[in-house]
Amino acid sequence: MTGADVLLLALGAVAVGAGVLVVTTDQLVRAGLYLVVCLGAVAGLYLVLTAELVAWVQVLIYVGAVVVLLLFAVMLTRAPIGRSPDLNRPGLPAALIGGGAGLGLAALFADAFRWSAVDLPAPGTAESLGTELFRSWVLPFEVLSVLLLAALVGAIIVSRPDIGSRP
Amino acid sequence: MTGYLGSYATLGLLLVASVLIFVGAFTANRLLSPADPAEPAGKRATYESGVDPVGGDWAQMQIRYYVYAYLYVLFAVEAVFLFPWAVIFDRPGFGATTVVEMAIFVAVLALGILYAWRKKILDWT
Repeated sequence: MTGADVLLLALGAVAVGAGVLVVTTDQLVRAGLYLVVCLGAVAGLYLVLTAELVAWVQVLIYVGAVVVLLLFAVMLTRAPIGRSPDLNRPGLPAALIGGGAGLGLAALFADAFRWSAVDLPAPGTAESLGTELFRSWVLPFEVLSVLLLAALVGAIIVSRPDIGSRP
Repeated sequence: MTGYLGSYATLGLLLVASVLIFVGAFTANRLLSPADPAEPAGKRATYESGVDPVGGDWAQMQIRYYVYAYLYVLFAVEAVFLFPWAVIFDRPGFGATTVVEMAIFVAVLALGILYAWRKKILDWT
């Protein structure tokens, strides 16, 4: 076991543990905060796998922005907020589907790669990512801007019913 | 410690040191603080600029804040793409084409802020 293996195992355990807490806790706000821990651990995994830029983007976008958006959405729904056992659904089907998908993917991976060792690629810095992005992936990059624009217009119309309705 | 992970060892050391300082400060606080603290009336009340607090601590928010949070997410995503672009756009083989590509990307997103502005989302009435 190298240091990277130990880090991967530890961060993976943190991510899975926090993910279980996200879906099992009764308190919606705590679920959002456990999500910070989970996504932060995933950022750590990216960092160990030498995807530096992606790791910091994960911290910036997911931990910084998306979780804030989620907490905003939770604060919109009801006040005061506390335990909400009324939101609980039967967990068994979800556990079966989630566990089955996870185990199936793990089995696929284990079967595809067996014990072959793969050298870590060169660090995914901003430079290497930019080269890839603007050399090979320009069209998806431009389409992404349209997707973001559509999502923004949708958010505006949903949040202001007076705009979307026609007389 | 050399190599890729070694370059992050300093950051890891910093994290460990900050956790230790945090734990140490709170342990010292627990050891040194009086075991029978006074409980005057209002000690545990929320501080609200010296006035007695009104209402609860969780207020339901207006949905208009959501658009601001969403605008922040949108432009955070845009800013993230500016980093790799800013590193490579003056390299040989990129140049004006890459600048125009990023200009199109920013312009499409600017349409969004223009839409929000024209629909008076940005006005605070």
